[in-house]
Amino acid sequence: MLLTRENLVNLILALGLLAVPLAANALGQPFYITLATRVAILALAATGLNLALGVGGLVSFGHAAFFGIGGYAAGILAAHNFSGDPLFFGFSGTNQMWIIWIVAVAMAGLVGLVIGAISLRTSGVYFIMITLAFAQMVYYFAVSWPAYGGEDGLSILVRNQFPGVMTMVPLNYFLICYVILLLGIALFAVIRASRFGAALQAARQNEVRVATVGIQPYRIRLTAFVISAALTGLAGALFADLNRFVSPSMLSWHMSGELIVLIILGGTGRLFGPLAGAALYVAFEYALGGLTERWQFFLGLILLLVVLFARGGLLGVLAGKARHG
Amino acid sequence: MKKMLAAATLALTLSASGLAFAAPLKIGMITTLSGGGAGLGIDTRDGFMLAIKNAGNKDITVVTEDDAQKPELAVQIADKMIQSDKVDILTGIVWSNLLMAVAPSATAQGKFYVSTNAAPAQLAGAACNKLYFNAAYQNDNLHEAMGQYANKGYKKMFILAPNYPAGKDSLTGFKRYYKGDLAAEVYTQVGQTDYAAEIAQMRASGADGIFVFLPGGMGIAFMKQFAQSGVKIPVMGPGFSFSQDVLPAIGDAALGAKASGQWAPDFDNAASKKFVADFQKEYNRLPSIYALQAYDAAQLITAAASKASVKDAAAFGAELKKADIKSPRGNFKFNTNQHPIQDIYLTEVVKNNGVLTNKTVEKIFSDHGDAYAKDCKL
Amino acid sequence: MTIALALEQLLNGIQLGVMLFLMAAGLTLIFGVMGLINLAHGSLYMVGAFACATVAAWTGSFWIGLVASLIAAAAAGAIVELVVIRRLYDRDHLDQVLATFALILMFSEGTRWLFGSFPLYLDIPPLLQGAVALPGGTEYPLYRLAIIAAGALVAFGLYMLISRTRLGMRIRAGESDREMIGALGVDIRTLYTVVFALGAALAGFAGAMVGAIQSVQVGMGEPVLILAFVVIVIGGIGSIKGALLGALLVGVTDTMGRFLLPKLMLLFVPPAQAGMIGGAIASMLIYIVMAVILAVKPRGLFPPAHA
Repeated sequence: MLLTRENLVNLILALGLLAVPLAANALGQPFYITLATRVAILALAATGLNLALGVGGLVSFGHAAFFGIGGYAAGILAAHNFSGDPLFFGFSGTNQMWIIWIVAVAMAGLVGLVIGAISLRTSGVYFIMITLAFAQMVYYFAVSWPAYGGEDGLSILVRNQFPGVMTMVPLNYFLICYVILLLGIALFAVIRASRFGAALQAARQNEVRVATVGIQPYRIRLTAFVISAALTGLAGALFADLNRFVSPSMLSWHMSGELIVLIILGGTGRLFGPLAGAALYVAFEYALGGLTERWQFFLGLILLLVVLFARGGLLGVLAGKARHG
Repeated sequence: MKKMLAAATLALTLSASGLAFAAPLKIGMITTLSGGGAGLGIDTRDGFMLAIKNAGNKDITVVTEDDAQKPELAVQIADKMIQSDKVDILTGIVWSNLLMAVAPSATAQGKFYVSTNAAPAQLAGAACNKLYFNAAYQNDNLHEAMGQYANKGYKKMFILAPNYPAGKDSLTGFKRYYKGDLAAEVYTQVGQTDYAAEIAQMRASGADGIFVFLPGGMGIAFMKQFAQSGVKIPVMGPGFSFSQDVLPAIGDAALGAKASGQWAPDFDNAASKKFVADFQKEYNRLPSIYALQAYDAAQLITAAASKASVKDAAAFGAELKKADIKSPRGNFKFNTNQHPIQDIYLTEVVKNNGVLTNKTVEKIFSDHGDAYAKDCKL
Repeated sequence: MTIALALEQLLNGIQLGVMLFLMAAGLTLIFGVMGLINLAHGSLYMVGAFACATVAAWTGSFWIGLVASLIAAAAAGAIVELVVIRRLYDRDHLDQVLATFALILMFSEGTRWLFGSFPLYLDIPPLLQGAVALPGGTEYPLYRLAIIAAGALVAFGLYMLISRTRLGMRIRAGESDREMIGALGVDIRTLYTVVFALGAALAGFAGAMVGAIQSVQVGMGEPVLILAFVVIVIGGIGSIKGALLGALLVGVTDTMGRFLLPKLMLLFVPPAQAGMIGGAIASMLIYIVMAVILAVKPRGLFPPAHA
């Protein structure tokens, strides 16, 4: 890997995210570990979305659906494991994170396949809005379906387990999320650099040309959308375990909006854009929330200024224009 | 940080009331100060801070932060307050769904939680906790009272609530005491703003009374639309449907509506008169039921803090449970599940010197607890 | 269930549809001419409602408040267009979504800053109070009939404006070829500001009309914004006719779903559950309808011919 300016910035970001919780742990300030874990998880969710949105140009305004489905997968499995009520065929949930992750990825991917198969028939603004509509459907379903807490959500009383690790220790849980984030980013890089990724980008830039060389843009996009949904779903499962709680607000359109915000804030389509965006967003939210009751106003103002004047997001400012464009 | 300092200096400038102080106590208030539900959070904060100010205990500090009515944000703030600000007690959450996200994990970390409003059934029953107290009620209480009231003179009720857990608890609570027939049981969408379809069903249902539980903006919309519909069936609801935070926005359309409450601003006792006068002097408006509940929560905490150190959880919890306060609502004590046992009254919306307010009509329940206490093993 | 009740519900559905049309018309106009997705349209609706409530409280007249709502929303729209939106026309939809999302946060918190956290009072004018008897014997609120009439007037007015006036000609030209009208010497920057202010005024008008029978509070624009997007997507983005028909379809579907689905569920499950399950499906119904329509017609029912 060449030591370009972007790679250097990426390296600093990755090490910085690791350094904060280690320092916080040494100084006895566990809350900053929680904050860093939140950054890692949101970055993973946005990395998933970035595959569809940044590389494939598919502006999904409904990724909260996958985030929430991943979260509910964790919540429901843990709740059944806790109560002992069978979920189906005598299987009564689990508290093992790796099983939960597989289920979250599978469920989000499956729902992504259904939503994507229908939504990808449309394009442009229609695609933005139909993905929003599907997310709203899932949201209202979760709010009104009584079995798993409805609007009240579902508590995970004890954080789920991972072999050989005390997950309740904040630093340990951070490290789990951090490793998964790095793996997610690596997957993103591999896909983007592959022939598949090239076809996906080509389909974004010139659909007709791709079709004439015998590639079906629809199938390429659908595949990317499903992988994207699955990654975001995995992040949802981690998020549920971080908060030890899952509720329909993970599925709300505000959440979808926030995921998009993270990507643009960091730099659309950039490998480390979601991480940069998530770090910046969580830092703003935390700092402003402590300063003023009117923090949402200033958050809005900052976002607006970024869109208007800092095109390319944080990475655009720090590392210059993207190679891919 | 600024707010914390402000609270500390506020406490310092006040004259100490001369009680023996046990130990420093730090309270974390998480409540809704932005967005559509901010009115309730602001009343909660103001009522709470009024009692803190009155207590004049300079060892008590309060940190406040906005949850924007988002469960994830509430969890994050709770983590921060516990891990970074090192608070001893959390309080202030208005909504059941946010409380469910915060309270079980706070008590699991050994912190007290004193609820100023939300009171989901789980936390009153099987999932009760010796560190969790509710200073308001149990969610079902006010609905139960209206069910009891409806038995007098109503034979066929049309009942309606939003389709979420608190809404289902509401209608369950109503039906627990109501013995007559139901014309219909309708669940509306959360956040719904147009009720034409439901009002048309009410008109056609042949009901002789209507019970609605629609908090906040939903209730405002419903009452205004109902008043225009020409339907003449009497409307009743739990107290928060016609509380002081929404009455000015509903306007005269609320006149005559019957509701249940554990308190109304016209209560004729010294503690209530002092509370209303102090609140009006401090904030220049009438207190709502949320302000009252938060005021009592703060009273409970300061009373306990003057007797025991919060570091000794068992002793502090025992002091809290004694509920040695003068509540504006009159009778107040804690049940075995640490939820209130209190009287519940029927109120009616009236106009008093041009201001809409609730007038007490009669007592519905004396020393009323809740249906879930028997499931609580404390 | 009687015929009269079914008819009344149909009327309710149409009335809800007309309310949605008032919102959707401005949204679809702005998209049609400038190609802009404006998530902050709901905030302009809120501005209209707050302006109307405040001025009505000062003057005691709903009608003066209604005029104020038009002015306030149009002014807010024009300012937003001049300061922010015009920098976004040549950006992709992504930047537009984010910038207008940021505007929502600022509008909501700014409104709370100015007006406080408690809902405002806004009542129906005395002229339109009460209910009138419909043929068939049931009573219906006069104000809701007035909303239907206002919506019909707005639809007609927009039709006249676009098909018969010089401004309308430019709008149509702008919809079909943006570069061309610039080349023809039309001041396109002014045109865009005017169109945006017009769309904002429509949203403000809707906010004031609807505010009188709902709750005037911060965040009131968001639920109706999402519904308005559903409407214009179903109708075909950029088409006023599509917005009108889409709005009526959504209004009637939503009302009838809420009314009939719980009754349908009664055939299968006990009453308490029927209400819950029926309600749950009813709340998802319009999104299901939208997904089905887009799956069959990916560009809505009435896609504008040129785009």
